Amino acid sequence: MTVFLLILISSLAVYGFILNKSKASVMSDTNIMHSQPHYHGLYSAFITLVPAILLLFFWSFIVNMITNITLKDFFSDITDTGLIKFYTDGVIGYAEGATDKIINHAGFMPAVEHYQALQHNNKILQFIVISTLSLMLFRYSLKFVEVEFKARDYIERVIVIVMRASAVFAIFVTIGIVLSLLFETLRFFDSVNVFDFLFGLHWSPQMAIRADQVGSSGSFGAVPVFTGTLLIAFIAMTVATPIGMFSAIYLSQYASENIRSYAKPIIEILAGIPTVVYGFFAVITVAPFFRDMGAFFSFTNMSSESALIAGSVLGIMIIPFVASLTDDALTAVPRSLKEGSLAMGATLSETTKKVIIPASFHGIVGSFLLAVSRAIGETMIVVMAAGFAANLTFNPFDSVSTVTVQIVGLLTGDQEFDSPKTLSAFALAFVLFFITLVLNVISLTIVKKYREEYE
Amino acid sequence: MTENLKVSIRNLNVFYGKKQALFDVSLNIMEKEVTSLIGPSGCGKSTLLKCINRMNDLVEICNINGQILLDSVDINEVSQDPVLLRMKVGMVFQKPNPFPKSIYDNVAFGPRLHGMTKSKEDLDNIVIQSLSKSGLYEEVKDRLYEPGTGLSGGQQQRLCIARALAVNPQILLMDEPCSALDPIATAKIEDLIAELKQQYTIVIVTHSMQQAARVSDRTAYMHMGELIETGMTKTIFSNPQHEKTQDYITGRIG
Ligand SMILES: Nc1ncnc2c1ncn2[C@@H]1O[C@H](COP(=O)(O)OP(=O)(O)OP(=O)(O)O)[C@@H](O)[C@H]1O
Ligand SMILES: [Mg+2]
Repeated sequence: MTVFLLILISSLAVYGFILNKSKASVMSDTNIMHSQPHYHGLYSAFITLVPAILLLFFWSFIVNMITNITLKDFFSDITDTGLIKFYTDGVIGYAEGATDKIINHAGFMPAVEHYQALQHNNKILQFIVISTLSLMLFRYSLKFVEVEFKARDYIERVIVIVMRASAVFAIFVTIGIVLSLLFETLRFFDSVNVFDFLFGLHWSPQMAIRADQVGSSGSFGAVPVFTGTLLIAFIAMTVATPIGMFSAIYLSQYASENIRSYAKPIIEILAGIPTVVYGFFAVITVAPFFRDMGAFFSFTNMSSESALIAGSVLGIMIIPFVASLTDDALTAVPRSLKEGSLAMGATLSETTKKVIIPASFHGIVGSFLLAVSRAIGETMIVVMAAGFAANLTFNPFDSVSTVTVQIVGLLTGDQEFDSPKTLSAFALAFVLFFITLVLNVISLTIVKKYREEYE
Repeated sequence: MTENLKVSIRNLNVFYGKKQALFDVSLNIMEKEVTSLIGPSGCGKSTLLKCINRMNDLVEICNINGQILLDSVDINEVSQDPVLLRMKVGMVFQKPNPFPKSIYDNVAFGPRLHGMTKSKEDLDNIVIQSLSKSGLYEEVKDRLYEPGTGLSGGQQQRLCIARALAVNPQILLMDEPCSALDPIATAKIEDLIAELKQQYTIVIVTHSMQQAARVSDRTAYMHMGELIETGMTKTIFSNPQHEKTQDYITGRIG
């Protein structure tokens, strides 16, 4: 029914577009119109479509509201609003067949019938109301084709409104997420001291499951989790920075146009590989490789889940990211500087070292920081390759855990939603968010500054 | 005037890919003179200029045949090192391109690069001398450690000239060095050129007839990749031999 309705009003809109456009173009043969014919067409299409779509969108919302209000009337003798809510919920549940529990109240069965009737008529009503609205607006829009009519201005305004609404939506969603993160974090700090969380050296939230156990309160010292994160990010950057930077320097300064035209897209494709694939790669290829290496150098305590493995694969993952951003920074340096240096008798590598890199230093630092924040926020690879044990260690051969991995561990499976264990995930997420936010703001400010320098 | 041949270009053909940009160009450049290259846009002036310090090596698709003799040695021979060549043949570009470093570091760039100085005093001396030669020293002596990019356009261009002079070149190539400058800054650069030719051989590309007439001893007129006419500037401007030259000088082509 709804699909049919959508088709109907869309066709009406298209029809309105065609009618108004052709009418306007006939008119424009003899007059200088304020707006081009297709604006008149669009005007009609908008008028026909937009209010109808909006109404459709809010329909179930409105219907629910009406249902609730009218259902309440059946229980008007009750004053307790909580109880009314309980009764109306019971009515809806019974009417939809979700339960067969009948509440002993005179208004109950009539309310059920009322609800069923409403639901039955709902779809038909929806169809009639919306198609009528659309049809009326369609008729109405046809009157407006005139020389003076400012269709263009209206369309322009609608477009601005649509874009503004999208922007507002995006911003509100972001703010909403951050706020909910913040509130859950605050709830967590009701039961766990902030300082114990931030500076505690022991992390074992799993203890909190059974109330009668020793240490039932769990242990929420986040330091090992953050050191684990830093260790892995450090290893990742140690792998990614030199390789990424050298390939960017090669691509931007040395490679011929031909090589560049192949290599740059390939690097960008690498950046788009889903991280779970890198996770596979870590488990299937890199882990055995490191284990064999360990055996070769007679390291026996080489675990197959270690910071080294996760960090190196994570590093491989961010190479294209570093390379691509660094390349952007290097190619933003004006050609005239490169030529100036070469004309002084500098070789290409001297030019790169003494002119190009200093000139794009901001950009390089910015891309480095963005990569760090990527590494810190990465989940999949570390889940697959680093393990869950939050050891406080700086030994790369040990298994460590990261913030993201802990969050995954804390929130998967059946959880109570108000135990400190679950809430601790929000606290971790909040700190993580804060760190990456700061990194991003710093790096974007730096990047912006160097952009301005050359424009 | 000493009539010493400094650079001799013989039957030079230059190709960008399949497109030929210079056709059989032969030109002699005399020591301690100013030679100006004039001609309509796209005729190959910059191309010719860049051949003299082999900057065209950097253009992948560029191919050259013919000879360019600097002090009777072919600069394109395998044994010749472009780095040493570019030390001998400095270049100043159309748009001032100081490095984003301090004024001092800009001028010290070449000497440091080529290890020309033993001590800090030596380097200081070279920097001061070069800045003085380009007439900039008095204006910037109090702010040598501020960024070169903070100078005015004309000052930046003179900084670039100082930078080129710091490696003690024999020849200075200038590609429209005044086209981004106002008349006053232009006049300063022109005065500078007149002074510099005591010590250096200068080749300048310019779009301004007046400038060519004012600063140069010899003029070469180019058209569509060919060298049409060359001779003493006075002769070319007062009594051009070739019809195209005359048309260009009087403003009928261009
Ligand atoms: N890097 C290049 N790749 C391909 N073609 C080029 C390149 N540089 C120059 N050309 C071509 O060579 C010809 C001569 O160019 P050149 O830059 O020498 O002209 P010009 O006389 O300096 O012109 P202008 O006065 O506009 O600077 C032009 O047709 C140009 O299109
Ligand atoms: Mg040119």
